[in-house]
Amino acid sequence: MGILEVKGVNKRFGGLQALGHVNLSVTENTVHAIIGPNGAGKSTLLNCLVGKLIPDTGSVMFDGQSVLGRKPHEINQMGISRVFQTPEIFGDLTVLENMMIPCFAKRDGSFRMHAFEQFANEKELIDKAMHMLEDVNMADKRYMHSASMSRGDKRRLEMAMCLVQEPKLLLLDEPTAGMARADTNNTIDLLKEINDKRDITMCIIEHDMHVVFSLAERITVLAQGTPLVEDTPDNIKGNPKVQEAYLGESAH
Amino acid sequence: MTDQTQNPSAAVTGEATRRQATRNRGLFGLNKKDTSLLIIVAILTMLAPFLLNPFPEGSSLAQFNAGYPDLMQRFVIFGIFAIGFNILFGLTGYLSFGHAAFLGVGSYAAIWMMKLLTLNVIPAIIMSIIFAGIFALAVGFISLRRSGIYFSILTLAFAQMSYALAYSVLTPITGGETGLQIKSTDSPLLSNLQPGEIGRANLFGLDMRSSYELEVGNWLFTFNAGYYIAAVVMLLAFYMSIRIFRSPFGMMLRAIKSNQQRLNYTGLNAKPYTLAAFVISGMYAGLAGGLMVAMDTQVGPERMFWTASGEVVLMAILGGVGTLIGPVLGAGMIKYMENIISKINDNVLHQWFAFMPDGIEDFMVFIIHPFIGKGWHLTLGIVFMLVVIFLPGGLVEGGQRIARLFRRDRKGGGVEPDAADQRKTPAE
Repeated sequence: MGILEVKGVNKRFGGLQALGHVNLSVTENTVHAIIGPNGAGKSTLLNCLVGKLIPDTGSVMFDGQSVLGRKPHEINQMGISRVFQTPEIFGDLTVLENMMIPCFAKRDGSFRMHAFEQFANEKELIDKAMHMLEDVNMADKRYMHSASMSRGDKRRLEMAMCLVQEPKLLLLDEPTAGMARADTNNTIDLLKEINDKRDITMCIIEHDMHVVFSLAERITVLAQGTPLVEDTPDNIKGNPKVQEAYLGESAH
Repeated sequence: MTDQTQNPSAAVTGEATRRQATRNRGLFGLNKKDTSLLIIVAILTMLAPFLLNPFPEGSSLAQFNAGYPDLMQRFVIFGIFAIGFNILFGLTGYLSFGHAAFLGVGSYAAIWMMKLLTLNVIPAIIMSIIFAGIFALAVGFISLRRSGIYFSILTLAFAQMSYALAYSVLTPITGGETGLQIKSTDSPLLSNLQPGEIGRANLFGLDMRSSYELEVGNWLFTFNAGYYIAAVVMLLAFYMSIRIFRSPFGMMLRAIKSNQQRLNYTGLNAKPYTLAAFVISGMYAGLAGGLMVAMDTQVGPERMFWTASGEVVLMAILGGVGTLIGPVLGAGMIKYMENIISKINDNVLHQWFAFMPDGIEDFMVFIIHPFIGKGWHLTLGIVFMLVVIFLPGGLVEGGQRIARLFRRDRKGGGVEPDAADQRKTPAE
């Protein structure tokens, strides 16, 4: 029984069957990749996991509880953090403030009226945020206006913001999309390091095979909204069905 | 990539940050910069009767004096209104176009308290805050279902509905078009008025209208009880707004403005935060409304008209949205122009240009005529345009630019952090 169990999920947009009977099981402490050609339904599936979309039928169980019908912030409070395709951070805030927000969310829940409290009394949280920033090598940038940072730093900050919440499951939506090779390799290193340092369950949606094969322990291949095959990276590499799904049109 | 063991500087940095945080702490739980800002504002408001009356009586410039009680009261009361509005608009970015409704509700609550219970202003002001808060909770709960322009339109709709209700349907409560005044027939429970005596607002017996006049040479300075009470309330309101701006709550509100999607996916529910900000700013508006009644015991529905809601938006933008002191400056600027420029007429202009040859004198008066008297709106419009185009950070940014001219060392830092930098202030 995995930490995340997706069973028989269907999602239709008008005449388009975006997801057709998707089953997926993510085991704790593994890096699970979901790959597939464009339009295979990867992002739709991810959006069903975080509460942005509600599947037409099927169930999504996380840690023994259903996530269906819950709002994104409630699902996050259950222990699912999400990294976006383009880094989503609080651009108007400093790096340290960006880190403080998930710290508060983790400690105080989804709302707390702390209008007359002071940061000076939040040393524990500040230390926690600072340690996380040290871990991703950004401590010296803590007072920087986060919108003015490079894209790579924004990605790093976003990951740190997710990690400081100590999520049970980290979802990554094409973390290297649109990146240069060097940046991609940096991101892979960062993810590897995160994975080595803490026992974390990650679910990566990715287009780039290089990223997938350097990180994943399990791979699910999605094609036209249905899972084609689920296996280890080595087996996936040699699987003819996968090659057909990816190269289908040109192979004819 | 380093971890704790490889990089002992981590603990050191944390320690340094902490020490810096403690060192920067001033009075009342504010950091040094904020404390000095608060003290400067306090000194300025306390000395306002002097500062706003720089010209001797009877001189040709005496009409630019703003140091009379009525106008000074308006400065601080609209200052409170704008400070509250800025908590919502400056921090969360939600532009409410209906804040005058809360001002009006506060005013009506206050005058009924005075008519029925006591002429003391304290219960009236407390009631105005409570009623405005409840009303803001209802309006905010519905309006905050939408964001952006739809939110603005919803708040505008609510305010106009309130105005229409106050004007007609609710006449038994609001007095309709004529509004409410304290009359000789009113006898509040806790007062011992003679039959036929018109009650006056007071603070434990101190009449709001009582003034002490000080004559120094040709100068006349008026110290009005009502002004000083309103000024103290404004300082309290200002202090609370600094605390809110610098609190974790304030940071959450800025996060809402910055990226609501990220906030949701970080496990935080934006709705109660924005609603809390909305209610707080509604309570500020109610407080301003209650103070207006305390100073001048009458209310009319026009106080809730949409132009009044628009005015507070102008005040915030003119002064500097999201800055601490900006809204107060904006409120002062607009009220000054409304009261001073509108008093200048053609006769005054002829006096000013009397030294010129007749033809040129008439020409100058002709040119300036549209901008004075009833044309003060035109002047305000031009000033507003100039500020928005050349000083997007409002008057606060203007002040900072001037300060920078006089001070090479930018890092030395003025009292108010740069309008643009203010959003970047570190967490501690």
